[in-house]
Amino acid sequence: MKTGVQKIVEKYGKDKTRLMDILIDVQSEFGFIPREITVQIADDLGMSEVDVDQTISFYHFFSQRPTGKYHIFLNNSAVAYMMGRKEVADTFTKELGINFNEVTPDGLVGLFETSCIGMNDQEPAAIINNRIFTKLTPFRAKEIVRDIKEGKDIDDMIVADYGDGENRSDLIKSVVTNNIRKIGPILERNHKPGQAIEKISKMTPEQVIDEVKRSNIRGRGGAGFPTGMKWEFCRNAPGEKKYIFCNADEGEPGTFKDRVVLTERARLLFEGMVIAGYAVGATEGILYIRHEYKYLQTYLESILKAARDVNYLGKNILGKKGFNFDIRIQFGAGAYVCGEESALIESAEGKRGEPRDRPPFPVEKGYLDMPTVVNNVETLCAVVKVILNGGEWYKSFGTTESTGTKLLSISGDCKFPGVYEVEWGFSINDILDMVGAHNEEVQAVQVGGPSGAIIASNEFNRILGYEDLATGGSLIIIGKNRDILTDIVLNFTEFFIEESCGSCSTCRIIPTLLKNKLVKILNARGVKQDIDDMVEWGKILKASRCGLGQTAANPILSSIKNFRPLYEEKIQKNKVFDSGFDMNAAVKESCEVTGRVPNI
Amino acid sequence: MSKPIVATTSLAGCFGCHMSVLDIDDRILELIELVEFNKSPIDDIKKFSKKCDIGLIEGGCCNSENIHVLKDFRENCRILVSVGECAIMGGLPAMRNGIAIQECLEEAYVNGPTVVSNEEVIFPNDPELPMLLDRVYPCHEIVKIDYFLPGCPPRADLIWEALVALVTGDEMKLPYEVVKFD
Repeated sequence: MKTGVQKIVEKYGKDKTRLMDILIDVQSEFGFIPREITVQIADDLGMSEVDVDQTISFYHFFSQRPTGKYHIFLNNSAVAYMMGRKEVADTFTKELGINFNEVTPDGLVGLFETSCIGMNDQEPAAIINNRIFTKLTPFRAKEIVRDIKEGKDIDDMIVADYGDGENRSDLIKSVVTNNIRKIGPILERNHKPGQAIEKISKMTPEQVIDEVKRSNIRGRGGAGFPTGMKWEFCRNAPGEKKYIFCNADEGEPGTFKDRVVLTERARLLFEGMVIAGYAVGATEGILYIRHEYKYLQTYLESILKAARDVNYLGKNILGKKGFNFDIRIQFGAGAYVCGEESALIESAEGKRGEPRDRPPFPVEKGYLDMPTVVNNVETLCAVVKVILNGGEWYKSFGTTESTGTKLLSISGDCKFPGVYEVEWGFSINDILDMVGAHNEEVQAVQVGGPSGAIIASNEFNRILGYEDLATGGSLIIIGKNRDILTDIVLNFTEFFIEESCGSCSTCRIIPTLLKNKLVKILNARGVKQDIDDMVEWGKILKASRCGLGQTAANPILSSIKNFRPLYEEKIQKNKVFDSGFDMNAAVKESCEVTGRVPNI
Repeated sequence: MSKPIVATTSLAGCFGCHMSVLDIDDRILELIELVEFNKSPIDDIKKFSKKCDIGLIEGGCCNSENIHVLKDFRENCRILVSVGECAIMGGLPAMRNGIAIQECLEEAYVNGPTVVSNEEVIFPNDPELPMLLDRVYPCHEIVKIDYFLPGCPPRADLIWEALVALVTGDEMKLPYEVVKFD
């Protein structure tokens, strides 16, 4: 064990900023990270034990106790439940004879919950030993357990056919399907890799930034900061080295567009990173990908290698002296908050993914305190087309405020879940038509994932764009038969509780209080004051440091705003106060332990 | 006009808040001019003999008895005040929250350093005993609480000022020194 760990640490040059990679390799080799390994890593890297510990304990996919030879992480997102997750979960627990968060006594299988894994268009889905299993059914769950008990190799457990496109390639071999439903100018198939790199090699970095500025493209991650401006800030910031980060940590439940881009348009993305590097004066790019997409690693590495072979990456790119740029892939280890750019940088430095205080912004002081641009996958892809076709061309798509197109990840109650590339300016009604969801069968649409808003049919004429409904691209369609409060709002609130980094007391505490209120209302013990409290307390979250904390009350606040009757019909009309306390439930545990019959 | 009636109790607390009440020193003479006491450890009245105006609650709720007493107070007092950290947040006793009851009882009755011998692993289970709750609850999670006096314990001056303000209806004086906790 000792030499194994030493090898891993040496593989990363005993560099403590590569702690994430070290831990990912250790976790994958030993199935967990035991105490003695933590101590050894700390010694080898010259760090304190607690510093290693705090990184380990922060991430969902690191474990300090054995997770079993086979570890099943079953997604618990709202859409997974809509698609029959409960029955699948019940089958797993029954067949394995363990509850979630437990390992079978023989150490063979561990069963765990996990937040949205980016497969909302093919739920219920699970990650088993880093392989993705989609569209699970109770029958399939039984099969999987049987295969595991027979000791089958994980690759042989994929009995159904592989997915479409590159998912079938030898380097991926996954059952995941792309579900690309609508192709626009960014996703179009005819892109010839390297074209844009050739073009910029004849331009100055300033010209590249000007072209991007001319396109008015704004960041596709959700916040919508103008990309050209970001690049310019970074270019002008003093620093001996600069970095380009591509944020592929899409963890917002309901988002999966990056998965599809990484699978089918990775060359385009890498080209976008090269362009950003050239414009900013950066020589190193880091593609930060969520751990859930680890199954794409070999494939992506092979594309990077191919790009190096033809000198689209490396030193003196295309013979241009001083045009140096290379890309490495950094995996996360399961933490939604790492999608926030400063948390992502912290994570890439091997630390807990806690958002930083700002200013300074990453463009001034980012990765290793050097000027850093963090761009979304989609933004970097779009930039390639902007360079090839010009900023004016790009502006011909979308609206004045929101130029270009947007990749939407659409899931939930519709006929055609998947990725759609549409121009900004589409209304929700247009989209419902497009995805095969009849307006009259739709109760609500969750725009922008849990941190966005849940809207009712009277707002379906609103349009997608920074001027109206800004979105990172996740749309979840909620049918008439769904119970919004239980199926959606409660699930999303639990998601925020699970994913809080715990740094700000607001985000650490209030979502739990809000959840308790919501559960009380669902248990028919609520009163009007509870609704008022939730609205008031929700506002306090705005004091949190990052977007996760600031939006953690959105599922509750936006559903109260747009679906208030759902709350009102559940509260007690004849009472002004009810604490919700239940004596029977409160004494149950102690009576069981002491062998008493409760007498209340 | 008859004097306002005050009741007090200590639930899962340490009686420190009651001690703090006594810390008002000679103002206790003014106090008995100002109010009449009913159910309270101060005068040892065990049961409410009439409806009260103000109930002062020390301590949170750790067992079924605490719940009954607190509900009794709510029924018999017009205004209920949570006095001190334990009543407001559960306080020190709430440190057991998050630890399984089995473990708590084992620590107290089997493995604790003061346990002489309990090889049969017997936990107190007489039906007369209050039943432990799954966790220690702050009072406002059980009944409606009207006011909160923070502190561990709240300073005598704070309790005095609050009581006088409640009784006279005057605005309460809350200088910084009375509510700072560092």
